[in-house]
Amino acid sequence: MKLFRLQGGIHPDTCKILSAEQPIRSLPLPNWLHIPLQQHIGASAKPVVKVGDRVYKGQVIAVSQGAVSASIHASTSGEIAAIGNYPAPHPSGLPIFTITLKPDGADRWLEQEVPDEPLTLSPEAIAMRVNAAGIVGLGGAAFPSAVKLNVSRRSQVQTLIINGSECEPYLTGDDRLMRERTSAVIQGIRLLRHAVGAQDVLVGIEDNKSQAITAMQFAAMGTEVQVIPIPTLYPMGSEKQLVKVLTGKEVPANGRLADISVLVHNVGTAYAVRQAIYLGRPLVTRVVTVSGGAVAKPSNLEVPIGTLVEELFRFCGGFRETPVRLLMGGPMMGIQLPNTQIPVVKGTSGVLAFTAQEITGNRISPCIRCASCLRACPIGLQPLEMVARIRAHDLNGAIRLGLKDCIACGSCSYVCPAHIPLVHYFNYAKGELAARERIKLKQEATRKLAEERMERLARLAREREAAAAARQAAKAAKEKQANVLAEAI
Amino acid sequence: MQMIGVAILSLTLLGLALGFLLGTAAYYLKVEGNTLAAELEKLLPGSQCGQCGFPGCTAAAQALANGQAAVTLCPPGGRVLVETLAARLGVEVNLAQVKETIPIIAEVQEDLCIGCTRCFKVCPTDAILGAAKQIHVVFREACTGCNQCIAVCPTESLQLKPVPVTLQSWYWERPAMTV
Ligand code: SF4
Ligand code: SF4
Ligand code: SF4
Ligand code: SF4
Repeated sequence: MKLFRLQGGIHPDTCKILSAEQPIRSLPLPNWLHIPLQQHIGASAKPVVKVGDRVYKGQVIAVSQGAVSASIHASTSGEIAAIGNYPAPHPSGLPIFTITLKPDGADRWLEQEVPDEPLTLSPEAIAMRVNAAGIVGLGGAAFPSAVKLNVSRRSQVQTLIINGSECEPYLTGDDRLMRERTSAVIQGIRLLRHAVGAQDVLVGIEDNKSQAITAMQFAAMGTEVQVIPIPTLYPMGSEKQLVKVLTGKEVPANGRLADISVLVHNVGTAYAVRQAIYLGRPLVTRVVTVSGGAVAKPSNLEVPIGTLVEELFRFCGGFRETPVRLLMGGPMMGIQLPNTQIPVVKGTSGVLAFTAQEITGNRISPCIRCASCLRACPIGLQPLEMVARIRAHDLNGAIRLGLKDCIACGSCSYVCPAHIPLVHYFNYAKGELAARERIKLKQEATRKLAEERMERLARLAREREAAAAARQAAKAAKEKQANVLAEAI
Repeated sequence: MQMIGVAILSLTLLGLALGFLLGTAAYYLKVEGNTLAAELEKLLPGSQCGQCGFPGCTAAAQALANGQAAVTLCPPGGRVLVETLAARLGVEVNLAQVKETIPIIAEVQEDLCIGCTRCFKVCPTDAILGAAKQIHVVFREACTGCNQCIAVCPTESLQLKPVPVTLQSWYWERPAMTV
């Protein structure tokens, strides 16, 4: 099949060899599970259990609220020990509303009915089951999958693209999933296709995963699923890049994938969908790569959602040396963790512990205008110019240069010989713009409140005046009457 | 007699002509001033808080239009407002030198509030709820941190605090300017 050319992109050292040959192992149940109520894009889920309740594995403990949200299920059977704040897997380390579960060790599933012939379910029924299973995009974005399915079905998407690129260095979970649970992944992909009624199904896998490609191609034989090797190039896993390389189509500025009749799901998501519909198992575990130079035995683990990162490192033999940086997700776009007491969530593709040698010495020096960042940017932006605007507090200037199209892939920062934290500037600027938007909304609201108050005060004053005038008139009338009376007497 | 007639006539004409001139001038100048002030007022936050030293946004806008106030006059507007006002009035400002104000809001310390209702009466955006002898509360969403309630509280129960950062509002800090 003909592939299309991409602009930009980089070739970081993938370091996947550390964990690529490690089969997926199940992590033993930890003593505690801390399950955050917002692990997805959209509204937080609402708890439906109380402290002291006993729950089964896979039982709903918090329901989705609003149009974009996802339900949360108990990752094992046990007792609800607490509902309250716990540090979030977020660079700020701020607390998030979390349900703490004390496992009872039995790991007893809540049995749910399963269809005899999953592929004969109606597309709506598949989306409903995906929604009930709390499935979100497992590639990292954590967008509720059922919402995507419904939108795509209504807009009659032509092409379903399955993202098996796993372009972030170090991560090998999707690779292992495609190699070890191949037929389940293919079943999930076929369910997704059926749920949106797509004509074509293209599975893109980076060509550094030859075993996964062979296994998937073999399993897909005789089905409508096409498995296509694509070049190894970061950020291939970004939806825009993957769609471009496979179909040649580009998402219009400010547009969505549905506008060009494409839907993208991750292989991990396809596997979760299969588990939910064939076995009635909601999303309560996920495959996490534990890696980095500081980890004694890098591994791929199947982990109950809510397990502390600490347990994962411990199971992998602890640290061979003290890590200088901990990350959740990949090294390019992952988030830095303050410590290991942070729970694994649905979007956690990996946890990494880096040694000092693995981190580039980041002594920042002035920009030498080498244009490396410009060549690396997959979107075709001018990172150095945007940073110049942001440093001059000219955010509107940065927007005119395309700040809003930046996908925060970090390619520019990676190649910059001056170690300028380019992507950090863009993240800051996007946050600042969002904050300004919030301030604007608040000011509109307070302006209305102030106007209402002024009107009310004016009305009260008018009423007081009117009352005073009425009193005056009454008094005058009375006096007049009195005078008339006096005269009459 | 004829002289008087001429004098009356010329003076009348002169008066009419000058009157007309003044009238038109006043008409055009007045319209110009008013539209500008009204336009500027739309850009201001509109919370009538008085932190600029003027009695409210209307007076502040008038002063801006007359060139009697700087574009940096309004603390709650922050750097964004300075940028917008400067663009509208065509004046140059060095944005880097404009201090960004961190958003603040008032908070009632419950154990100190005696329920005197004074704050409730002065809040320009009705952000305070309470009744006589009841502990008052401030609605975060409606409070602009204007300081008016702080000034009237007899027990120092009201205090200005930075708006707490949440997971929804947090964002990356501006990278340190090392180069
Ligand atoms: S982070 Fe943004 S500007 Fe930098 S390379 Fe990626 S898309 Fe381009
Ligand atoms: S890569 Fe770095 S040094 Fe080179 S032009 Fe971009 S910002 Fe400047
Ligand atoms: S400081 Fe700003 S919001 Fe407050 S009265 Fe003055 S112009 Fe209006
Ligand atoms: S002014 Fe102070 S003491 Fe009085 S009601 Fe307000 S907060 Fe309470």
